[in-house]
Amino acid sequence: MAEIYLDNAATTKAFPEVATAVQEALTTNYANPSSLHQKGLAAEKIVKKARKKLAQQLKVKADEIYFTSGGTEANNLAIKGTVKSLSNYGNRIITTKIEHPSVLNVYKSLEADWDVKYLDVNQNGKIDLEQLQEYLNNDTILVSIMAVNNELGTIQPLNKISKLTKEYQNLYLHVDGIQALGKIDFFPERLGIDICSVSAHKIHGPKGVGALYAAEDTRLKNIFCGSGQEEGLRPGTENVPGIAGFAKAIDLLASKEEIEQMYQLKETLVNRILTEIEGSTLNGPAIRDGAPHIANISFAGIRGEILVHSLAEDDIYVSTGAACSSRRKDSNHILEAIGIADDLIDKTIRFSLSTTNTEAEIETVITKLKEKITMLRKII
Amino acid sequence: MDNLFLIRYGEIGIKGNNRYKFEDKLIENIEESLKELGAKPIVYKTFGRIFVETDLATEDVLKKLGDVFGIVGICPAQKAALDVENIKEEALKLVEEELEATAKEPLLFRITTNRSNKSFTLDTMELNRELGAYLLENTPDGALGVDLEDFDLELTAEIRDQQAYIYSQDKQGLGGLPVGTSDKAGLMLSGGIDSPVAGWLAMKRGVEITPIYFHTPPFTSERAKEKVIDLAEQLARYQPELKLHVVNFTAVQTAINEHCHADLITLVMRRQMIKIAQRITKNRGGKALVSGESIAQVASQTLDSLQVTNQIAELPILRPLIAFDKEEIINKAREIGTYKLSTKPAQDCCTVFVPDTPETHPEMEQITASEENLEVEELITEAIENAEIIEL
Repeated sequence: MAEIYLDNAATTKAFPEVATAVQEALTTNYANPSSLHQKGLAAEKIVKKARKKLAQQLKVKADEIYFTSGGTEANNLAIKGTVKSLSNYGNRIITTKIEHPSVLNVYKSLEADWDVKYLDVNQNGKIDLEQLQEYLNNDTILVSIMAVNNELGTIQPLNKISKLTKEYQNLYLHVDGIQALGKIDFFPERLGIDICSVSAHKIHGPKGVGALYAAEDTRLKNIFCGSGQEEGLRPGTENVPGIAGFAKAIDLLASKEEIEQMYQLKETLVNRILTEIEGSTLNGPAIRDGAPHIANISFAGIRGEILVHSLAEDDIYVSTGAACSSRRKDSNHILEAIGIADDLIDKTIRFSLSTTNTEAEIETVITKLKEKITMLRKII
Repeated sequence: MDNLFLIRYGEIGIKGNNRYKFEDKLIENIEESLKELGAKPIVYKTFGRIFVETDLATEDVLKKLGDVFGIVGICPAQKAALDVENIKEEALKLVEEELEATAKEPLLFRITTNRSNKSFTLDTMELNRELGAYLLENTPDGALGVDLEDFDLELTAEIRDQQAYIYSQDKQGLGGLPVGTSDKAGLMLSGGIDSPVAGWLAMKRGVEITPIYFHTPPFTSERAKEKVIDLAEQLARYQPELKLHVVNFTAVQTAINEHCHADLITLVMRRQMIKIAQRITKNRGGKALVSGESIAQVASQTLDSLQVTNQIAELPILRPLIAFDKEEIINKAREIGTYKLSTKPAQDCCTVFVPDTPETHPEMEQITASEENLEVEELITEAIENAEIIEL
């Protein structure tokens, strides 16, 4: 049986065109963009084109894009770069309890010297705008809120959030847009976002490359020192193959129709599981309120981990907890934040779709899921 | 061959008529161990000493032989002819090297002579004196000093029938007995901290181990199996050839869960595992099982529990850690390089199938009653036949 990959929020399979672009940059245009010669220029042009492409996609200017080694670095740069440059203006920073570890753990590391506030979320994973308003003050220099939650698919009301943050001077709104790019309308400037991070491998691009958008005139300080690449904000020889692949993936980003198709697959998957499998519950937002690619479901009595391995025996790939944290023993901070019952926290599965999934695949997944759950409930 | 090492071994020197077997095994293990570095060393023995000649760098040899059981000390040595002048020259070279490597002034030294060749022209005391005087005369003033008690450097001269050897370094070896001199045993290896240490301790006493791991997909992950392979690989440092047996236990586990009382499943499971491990071990000519249990560490390791699990065994179950505290086991695991691997998170089936209220004082009748409807003979045979063997 062919594999069915429903772990696209963890990472995606690179499109063949992406692989070709990467290979070409590795074997033909392999020079260092900083080299003076013709070959260096050819590599520089690849980076330049890619920057323009990503800027067009986000509807921002090319010189507001900085390439990084991925989402984690982009988030670190956004937060550490801001607190380094705005420390004279205040010492409060605000984030949410359901951020990805690449944001949350940076905030935690700053607790000693900063007044750090963590926003609660409701059972759908949405923040409370009133609480945000309450936390915001003249001392606040940074607010980090993710656009789409990686575990639940919750979409935050960014335009309302930025209306609140815009009331203050010397305050940046940083948005982790890693799960948003290509899944929802995501245009940072129009949404009033100052800084945002994106990543290539979530959109069928290569791993090890991401980017930071920082609106013109944003004062950010670098976290690495080196030569002057990326305006000195992110020194280091450009990952030209990765950047070339990223640009190709942007070319192939989901169309409106494809996004609608993902929503329909998600509807089929969720609705049928909920009606046909006893003891199943959907966590987080209602199907169409969340992102098109993520559905988080609990199955009473069955540890998510066992179900993951069980489905993998039939070449069906899903995940439990966030992919980066699913091998840690501690509980999942996102599921805890939305108040899932204790005994269901380790019994949840995240299904995450891509434009490449088909209805037939979803059909097979449901059949296999029913089989496995019946079998496992008998044993455990 | 550029470098010479004199290998000291202790305990195996006193094993009477079997001594040559121990020595030959140790020589074989040394050869195997250095072969992994891509070298073909010359290894030979003379009375009470094994010599290794090789082109490998001294540091590499010391590190590698530091993992061979049976070695008490490893001394990088210089050869000299049975001639006083030659011995003096070689000794001086060694001392000059030592002086270059130290900042201490004066470097206090003593000379120890072992003279098994009684026909050598000088006796022990005479050679000590002559050598000492020669070294003092031929090094810069104040660089060396003699102190027989509180010395920084002990220069040993061994005067043997064909050859003299001079050395100053004596790196401590692992001790124990050469692996393979005490027969074979099966090791019940999980991904935890204890069982690799138990296996290592058995190896230390010369036992050649065959690790056996129970894999229970989908309840335990492929990553858990990978972790056990990594652990076995680490143990393979200490044994020339190691064959990890991976037994798929899912069918047996499923039967246990269906037919046995929930509070007893851990014990029944352990009994079936022992049964399987025992058969594999016997098939390979093994004479015992090794397990990482320590009294009362968990519910299945109370004396009552050990008693009911023991009853299914025909082979003795060796439990080298039986009186170790967890802290002691962890320290040992760190020492032998298994701790970090063991603590990588990955489920093993002991943690998946833990009853809510495990029985800590089981009686045999309970177990017998619980196993009454358990028919796993065929499943066990099948599991053994299909065991995956991974050579490390």
